[in-house]
Amino acid sequence: MNMVLNEEQVLLRDTMKAFLQEHADVSAMRTLRDTKDPIGYSLPLWQQLTELGVGAIVMPEAYGGLGFGFLGLGAVMQEMGRTLTATPLLSSVILGASAIELAGSARQRQALLPAIAAGKLTLTLAVDEASHHAPLATRLALRETPNGLRLNGTKVFVLDGHVADKFVVVARSAGDAGDSHGLTLVLVEATSPGVTISRTTMIDGRNSAELHFENTPVNIDDLVGAQHSAWPIIEKVIDRGTICLAAEMLGGAHELFARTLAYLKEREQFDVKIGSFQALQHRCALLYCQLEQCQTAVQSALGSLDSEASDIALQASIAKALVNDCYQLVSNEAIQLHGGMGITDELDIGLFLKRARVCLQLLGDTSYHLDRYATRLNF
Amino acid sequence: MTRLTEFRQASRAWLQANCPESQRLPIVKREQIWGGRRRIFPSADAQVWFERMRDKGWTAPEWPTAYGGGGLSAAEAGILTQEMTALGCRPPLYEIGVWMFGPALLEYGTETQRQEHLPPIVRGEIRWCQGYSEPSAGSDLVSLKTRAEDKGDHFLVNGTKIWTTQADKADWIFCLVRTDPYAPKQAGISFLLIDMATAGVSTTPIPLISGESEFCQTFFDDVRVPKGNLVGELHGGWNVAKALLRHERKLMSIMGTMVEKEEGNIIDLARQYVGLDAEEKLRNPLLRHQLAQHLMRAQCDSLTTERIQQQYKHGQPDNNLPLIMKYLSTTEQQSKDELMLAIMGNRGLSWDDATYTENERKLVRNWAYNKAHTIAGGTSEIQLNIIAKRALGLPS
Ligand SMILES: Cc1cc2nc3c(=O)[nH]c(=O)nc-3n(C[C@H](O)[C@H](O)[C@H](O)COP(=O)(O)OP(=O)(O)OC[C@H]3O[C@@H](n4cnc5c(N)ncnc54)[C@H](O)[C@@H]3O)c2cc1C
Repeated sequence: MNMVLNEEQVLLRDTMKAFLQEHADVSAMRTLRDTKDPIGYSLPLWQQLTELGVGAIVMPEAYGGLGFGFLGLGAVMQEMGRTLTATPLLSSVILGASAIELAGSARQRQALLPAIAAGKLTLTLAVDEASHHAPLATRLALRETPNGLRLNGTKVFVLDGHVADKFVVVARSAGDAGDSHGLTLVLVEATSPGVTISRTTMIDGRNSAELHFENTPVNIDDLVGAQHSAWPIIEKVIDRGTICLAAEMLGGAHELFARTLAYLKEREQFDVKIGSFQALQHRCALLYCQLEQCQTAVQSALGSLDSEASDIALQASIAKALVNDCYQLVSNEAIQLHGGMGITDELDIGLFLKRARVCLQLLGDTSYHLDRYATRLNF
Repeated sequence: MTRLTEFRQASRAWLQANCPESQRLPIVKREQIWGGRRRIFPSADAQVWFERMRDKGWTAPEWPTAYGGGGLSAAEAGILTQEMTALGCRPPLYEIGVWMFGPALLEYGTETQRQEHLPPIVRGEIRWCQGYSEPSAGSDLVSLKTRAEDKGDHFLVNGTKIWTTQADKADWIFCLVRTDPYAPKQAGISFLLIDMATAGVSTTPIPLISGESEFCQTFFDDVRVPKGNLVGELHGGWNVAKALLRHERKLMSIMGTMVEKEEGNIIDLARQYVGLDAEEKLRNPLLRHQLAQHLMRAQCDSLTTERIQQQYKHGQPDNNLPLIMKYLSTTEQQSKDELMLAIMGNRGLSWDDATYTENERKLVRNWAYNKAHTIAGGTSEIQLNIIAKRALGLPS
């Protein structure tokens, strides 16, 4: 499994790093939060980023894609994790567009993918329904009625759901909650009849939404892939999202760690740098070991997406489970090692801490992924 | 076809033709092949396997052919290891001389010393042991006291070494000795080679918690050592010592591939001992999660080794990354051992009672034995010190 970036990918990463530092450093996130920005991300910035090609990194080349692969996309996600940059990259380009790319009809792909890549259209995946990520537990119903197909039910924690143009909704068309058979992907316009959208503001200053569907009509052309049998596609889509999210989280964890190390080399107590205390040195060395182990997990998972390996699902769960624990630990240690400064809003540490907690829940917490991994290995 | 692909195919074919079936079975401790003047091959097959590998120089694949080695490049040696692993070939020789001493001698020894010492190592005729630690100099190795006095035509050595692995079976020992007691600690140490058969050298085995006694305390009483046995500069032994320690740590991080393993993988053992519920999940949810976590981490450890190799290949090496491998792999091994015991419950509590299966006893022995890995070759705490200083640049 290739885990190392090639020259073009290194160039892409360095370009993005420079761009983000100039146009979207952590203070940009702070401003979005403080002004309670109604969108939750900067539209002009997203426009600039899509002009730079961020929306097309992994798109198939037939739809304007650039072919940098998931290792390239992962490198960009890591940089965005370092700067806490809010964009619809995950919701629209990775989750939404992947569903269309992997299961959509030629017409859907043609109509949607280039527009998504260009940032002209925002799509998002609506999957969760309860307090924890559990895609198989989907209940939101897609039913045949005398007047055609209708959607009824609720989705929560829908990323950028309050501003998306369309939703890819995971719906149950047959069977019971828990069954892998009977799931269907449905494309729904945000403006469709019977759709109510309420924005949820979360601790990380970004947005998700709760969606209610009441007898929302669904056209047969708006099914994405075949009815009842969407589960393998859903897993693939979510695996992509999970791996890219793990990359973003790892970037955040690296940044926090770097800031903490810098503080340890600068802050003095008892007439010495606090970084000379062995108790703190060992904690940092342990964090470094975990960060590098996670880097391996993430690079390997990204590489497995690029080579379409057979164990992508396992790799996705490894990456998310390990990075969840690592980001949680690094964010807690970062606060502790900054002392009182760590709990002030003046420092950015808290912003990372809160983003970490949102990401931990997004697309599966650690116990979800441990369970999934064990189940796939039959134990 | 590239040269490396050719090499891969040729070595695979050779291994297939030359490695006896019995030498492709999982490693069993008492069947490991050790060298030395008093060597005894554990079986006829083991001898055949050893001799065939020796004749190709593949008991020390990367050493120059001039010293009996295989003359392989690092890339070729890596391929050979991969092919041996794929076929399940056992190591043809367990030898500290191959793993640690030889590489350091190649770097610091004189031509005469290399000619004298390297070929017998490759041929498994001389077995080496390591005389670094002393009762009052463990992690703080530079405080070592074993004294070597310059007596004109020879050194006179007095003192004691401890934790000397296999000293009672070894033929030669490489030692750190103090040649200048007045210089600053690091600057008064020399690297000396001593024939264990010399008058005044004696060893006492030390029983361990694993029921074995692999180490000894080694004593030197007025031992006369020829001047020509000094490696590197007089008082300059610390540089040689450090070079050798790097090889030792590399070895420690791949130790897992060279030791006896349990039969059956850990998932099967867990299914067997813990049992499955109606949904085919392990009956104990905590052990199930711990097992998943262990497997995830273990996979990442081996992938990290691969990532390091890929970085080298792509010309983007991160020199700090290898520093974490010894710490990670040895701690992971120990959590696996603890998990194994938890999985076996009261079946994981004996290594000699006949009512336990051979595999159960083996797992318990490994659990106790592997406690040594976070201590040997620089303790975990010392590894963390090194990471903090070198990789993270934290101040002293
Ligand atoms: C299986 C095995 C094989 C070995 N084989 C050999 C051999 O062949 N030849 C040989 O010469 N030696 C050998 N050793 C010895 C080994 O190198 C030493 O045991 C090791 O260096 C630790 O020294 P010590 O045992 O004196 O422990 P100590 O140094 O006394 O350490 C005790 C505890 O204090 C901690 N500690 C010490 N210093 C620090 C510090 N600065 N910061 C934080 N914590 C610290 C240690 O981490 C440890 O937890 C072997 C050891 C083992 C376990």
